[in-house]
Amino acid sequence: MGEPQCVETTPPGNEGGGASLKARVCTGAEAICEATAQALEADPRVFVMGEGATDPKGIFGTTVGLLQRFGPKRILEMPVSENAWTGIGVGAAMRGQRPLMIHQRVEFALLAMEQLVNNAAKSHYVSGGRHKVPLVVRMVIGRGWGQGPMHSQSLEGLFAQVPGLKVVMPSTAGDAKGLLIAAIADENPVLVIEHRWVHYASGPVDPSYTPLALDGPRRRHAGRDATVVSTSYMSLEALQAARALRAHGCGVDLFDLRVLRPLRLDAIVASVRQTGRLLTVDTGHSEFGIGAEVSSQVCTHAWSSLKSAPVRLGLPSHPTPSSASLAEAYYPRSPHIATAIGTLVGLPLATIEACAGGLKKERDGLPLDIPHPSFKGPF
Amino acid sequence: MDVGRGSRKVTDGSGERELFRQMLRLRLIERGIAARYAEQQMRCPVHLSIGQEGAAVGVCSVLAPEDLVFSTHRCHGHYLAKGGDLDAMVAELHGRATGCCGGRGGSMHLCDDSVGMCASVPIVGSNIPLAVGSALASQQRGEACVSVAFLGDAAAEEGVFHESLNFAATHALPVLFVLENNRYSVYTGIEQRQPAQPLIRFAHAHAMPFSQVDGSLVTAVQEAVSPAVERARHGGGPSLAVIETYRYVEHCGPSEDDELGYRPPHEVARWKARCPVELMRRRLMESGRLNADQERAWACAIEAEVDLAFVRARAAPFPDPATVLEHVYAEDRPPLREVSVG
Repeated sequence: MGEPQCVETTPPGNEGGGASLKARVCTGAEAICEATAQALEADPRVFVMGEGATDPKGIFGTTVGLLQRFGPKRILEMPVSENAWTGIGVGAAMRGQRPLMIHQRVEFALLAMEQLVNNAAKSHYVSGGRHKVPLVVRMVIGRGWGQGPMHSQSLEGLFAQVPGLKVVMPSTAGDAKGLLIAAIADENPVLVIEHRWVHYASGPVDPSYTPLALDGPRRRHAGRDATVVSTSYMSLEALQAARALRAHGCGVDLFDLRVLRPLRLDAIVASVRQTGRLLTVDTGHSEFGIGAEVSSQVCTHAWSSLKSAPVRLGLPSHPTPSSASLAEAYYPRSPHIATAIGTLVGLPLATIEACAGGLKKERDGLPLDIPHPSFKGPF
Repeated sequence: MDVGRGSRKVTDGSGERELFRQMLRLRLIERGIAARYAEQQMRCPVHLSIGQEGAAVGVCSVLAPEDLVFSTHRCHGHYLAKGGDLDAMVAELHGRATGCCGGRGGSMHLCDDSVGMCASVPIVGSNIPLAVGSALASQQRGEACVSVAFLGDAAAEEGVFHESLNFAATHALPVLFVLENNRYSVYTGIEQRQPAQPLIRFAHAHAMPFSQVDGSLVTAVQEAVSPAVERARHGGGPSLAVIETYRYVEHCGPSEDDELGYRPPHEVARWKARCPVELMRRRLMESGRLNADQERAWACAIEAEVDLAFVRARAAPFPDPATVLEHVYAEDRPPLREVSVG
């Protein structure tokens, strides 16, 4: 495989999720590919299954070169039979192998829901702990370029409903690598839900084969005025909003959720007890979404600290339209997040407008269906 | 899952007498469950294997102890024929801590790793890819064990059946698909669900060897399946075995349900006249290899074993409610921080 196009850098203190001093800047896709290669190198039980895993594009670059390096017995090209090969992965994992399965679009994983929800999630429980299913399923979500209602959904809420599954959403290149390594090392079925625009985003990545514990959220920005909880790519949008608000004297305590299940909200609850305000920013639909669960639990545990009702940002309750003109209002972006936080905190309208206006101006004239140039990172 | 190590051998090679004793044992165990079901101490659904003993015993008798079985909701016969522990099965039906799933699965999830009875899954077709994945693991590790998926005729209507056969054939995996055609999906006959074509058509479609056999004749089942098992064991890839059979009692529960009229009386009578246990009994009696005393002795021993299993199950503790959250997730061993290889 090609070495990541790395740039030597000194990583920022808390934004790389524990990156070592040797960390280089890579894209998320390069980081995932490197993690996969190192896992295959380190553990003979690991193998890759996916439709397109061996093709020239290599699943958005995340499997490029693996076939040449590890051969077709380790990098298995799959027939278009998602439910069977998910069950095959479960069966192999029950025997002690460590399959890494990849869906180029999360919607194809819907065809495998039966195996994921029944056999993957419940074999350990129903066997009284004797059977283990150490498998990883990478599912790519995303948006843009008119992919429309069935090629750009964010369905993490469906999977996060199921006890027995772990659900992980990286937002940085460093997390994309470290969390994937941890997922492969984990004894449980772990779904790693990757936003395509996180594949493009770069950041410091530890070159060593070191897992980042699947232990919950990370603070991406510190502040005292409002607690913001974001997932996946929306963490990058929320970080932009937080930085803009800081320039206007508003402090955002921003948490990137990272691990949706098991959900650990201690740090977030502690933050809300200080700020008294909560905003959630999902990649998925707001209704019945991750933000709804976070808000509910925070209300339960920090009710008396809340100064106002929690606010959820996410996708509206209609399918994703293909046309850019219809999608314009569909996706919340940093100006919307800044406005929502400013309103929640009670900033003067003029301040909110100045902040959101500044963020909006950066995007003026740029298309909304490809990542904003600023999202190349490093993050 | 640590399977097949030090397992009990299912058959001792003594041939047809042992096949008969095995089938008689399955029949009497299932009858024992049916007779006690109304006592409402087994508070889970039961899908009995009565009538289908020839398939379970015939197939499992040609498997090696290290071969691995993946079954369905109707798993009692497969579990017992593979050598699964009777006490653990009866305790599981009673929801006890000593059950084979610790009371978490019930009748439809029987498993016994020590004899290669890997898993039973009650969603139709859901166990099939597990067997294929197990076969893939065997192939990857160079282990000469065969994985077996039992399935019913309705599972052949599931997409995952075809997906699994396609993958197994493409990779020449050591797996055997055993399709027990008992003709009914709950109350719905196969003629309402499939064209009037033999089920072996699916083997043609997926380019694999097949056999079709009368499940009333346990030795015929053995003869049909044995070459497929050996072929799989020696790298020859998967096969499909279609076993024609019939269940004598209702889909789920202890009773006959002929009064519902969904099965023609002459069909029920024809299959009951071809009872696999009775046909083998007659064959052994007529050839002088079995007498009434011997059969009675076996039956008494089995009845005693069944009685004891029920006594033990009902004396066993229920699982502690405080343990209900255990095993949702497996502990990571070694801890995450120690797996770094730098």
